[in-house]
Amino acid sequence: MLQLKQIEKVFYEGTPDEKRALQGVNLKLNEGDFVTVIGSNGAGKSTLLNVIAGVIFPNFGEVTVDNQDVTFVPEHKRAKWIGRVFQDPMAGTAPNMTIEENLALALGRTKKRTLLPGVSSKRRKEFKELLSSIDIGLEDRLNTKVGLLSGGERQALSLVMATFTKPRILLLDEHTAALDPSRAELITRLTEEIVARHQLTTLMVTHQMDQAIKLGNRLMMMDAGQIIFEANEEEKKNLTVEQLIAKFQEIRGKKMANDRSLLTV
Amino acid sequence: MVTALYGALESGLIYAIMALGVYLTFRILDFPDLTVDGSFVTGGAVSAIMIVNGSDPFISVLAGGAAGFLAGCVTGLLHTHGKINPLLSGIIMMIALYSINLRIMEKPTIPLLNQTTWFKEIGGFWERADLDGILLSLFSVVGLEAYAPKTFLVIISMTLLVIVIKKLIDWMLATEAGLALRATGDNDRMVKSFSANTKGYIIVGLGISNGLVAISGALVSQYNGFADINLGIGMIIVGLASVIIGEGLFGKDRIVRATMAVVLGAVIYRLIISLALRVDFLDASDMKLITAVIVVGALVMPIWWKQMNEKKKRLSRKKEAGATEDEHQKGEGASQIATTEAD
Repeated sequence: MLQLKQIEKVFYEGTPDEKRALQGVNLKLNEGDFVTVIGSNGAGKSTLLNVIAGVIFPNFGEVTVDNQDVTFVPEHKRAKWIGRVFQDPMAGTAPNMTIEENLALALGRTKKRTLLPGVSSKRRKEFKELLSSIDIGLEDRLNTKVGLLSGGERQALSLVMATFTKPRILLLDEHTAALDPSRAELITRLTEEIVARHQLTTLMVTHQMDQAIKLGNRLMMMDAGQIIFEANEEEKKNLTVEQLIAKFQEIRGKKMANDRSLLTV
Repeated sequence: MVTALYGALESGLIYAIMALGVYLTFRILDFPDLTVDGSFVTGGAVSAIMIVNGSDPFISVLAGGAAGFLAGCVTGLLHTHGKINPLLSGIIMMIALYSINLRIMEKPTIPLLNQTTWFKEIGGFWERADLDGILLSLFSVVGLEAYAPKTFLVIISMTLLVIVIKKLIDWMLATEAGLALRATGDNDRMVKSFSANTKGYIIVGLGISNGLVAISGALVSQYNGFADINLGIGMIIVGLASVIIGEGLFGKDRIVRATMAVVLGAVIYRLIISLALRVDFLDASDMKLITAVIVVGALVMPIWWKQMNEKKKRLSRKKEAGATEDEHQKGEGASQIATTEAD
């Protein structure tokens, strides 16, 4: 359903700081796919998500959703089909608004916002049920300002807000990276549950190899703006962290050798 | 003295509408909007010129508000589509509006003394119903007739209007669109990811804010009996003072609370000004300076207050800790003596 063709993105083009963030990335996501993306810093993972979400437009290439060209559709229009959770727990929620107001806001992702009350008593009940399902006690704090929640709680709320309206594509940008191990564990578990429950097509960027192997049905490794390794469902089942590291060094080492040969020529 | 205070109450209520507008931009949208200095006069100018040309004063207030709404939208466009810094886009509009206001008014001052203003119009009805008489009799029942105002017309009518506007804002900010507007000022990256067009919300938000400011400007002109090109100078600071004083005194944890606080803040600001002007060596021309001092005070005092309290707490903790330590030492000394004696 989501397809990227030959995506290229260059930052600071024509200056000494020129950075080729994406170099001809091709990617196809099928309905119900859960793809994990790993790669070192600067590999282009976040740029990839930003191109898909429409935060930045590519210099070259095409993004299609259901065979419809959306390459230059602005972020807020694309958000109708895309749910996002950011790395920073502060980024996905409005701190000075209450939990129920945040949820009501998230409800507006798929439909036009009207001049009807954002939080009706019917909705409040639905929100309560929704939050009970993640079972971290947020359902009793609907009137608490989100700024008073802990990072883990905020990230759990962000995850719920991004998913409960069932987006066609869910983008997770290292959404457990800023949390302590136990909270990260909780968010990982919730992610697994929610994605399975709603059968969401998901693209998850992560730093942790074990998480990338454990979750999802496909795995992608990125380096220097390219997808350098892909594992499908079958291959992924038998993948271990050691193999992945070996694979990374093998491909990267080869490339470095290539670079060296280029320099000497 | 009493008359001056009632005067302050009256104008405080009218300026409260402006303060609510400033609250919308400054607090809700997190956009320090200096357009206010210009749009306040625009409201007065449009309303005055329409009244002079024989329009209904009520309609002229609405037209003034509409003009302010447009001015605010332009500021919003400058910022969202021209990518101009918020402060600068406000200043640009403020300067532009000065000339536009002169064009509207055709001269720096339009007197409205012999024109039908809104207050005169409802005043006719007010007198016929003899509401003043009824309200005054309430004062005389408790023996306070010396402290009664000459008329309740402005106080009552403006209180009603301000309450209606406050309720409208409360309602608006709780709607689906209102939540998106608030979130735009709170975390615009997040709202965009929830398919809200933040640019649109900023433009409309600035429009509504300046519409309110212009309505206030129109009413102030009708209340004062003239529209003046310089009436708006420093208006943004007056608005900020009202917002900050109100929030500081009455809290801001809920929107409903905060809008009430802003209204009361505007009234209190006027009361402070009118009291300050009664000090002998202060002139009416010192008003802007007084305003500046009030704003600085309202911004700095809470911080000092907090620091002082914390310091006090620290000192008292230290003293307590010192005291227990002393006791401890004393105790130890006593036991030592005891042991030596036992030896």
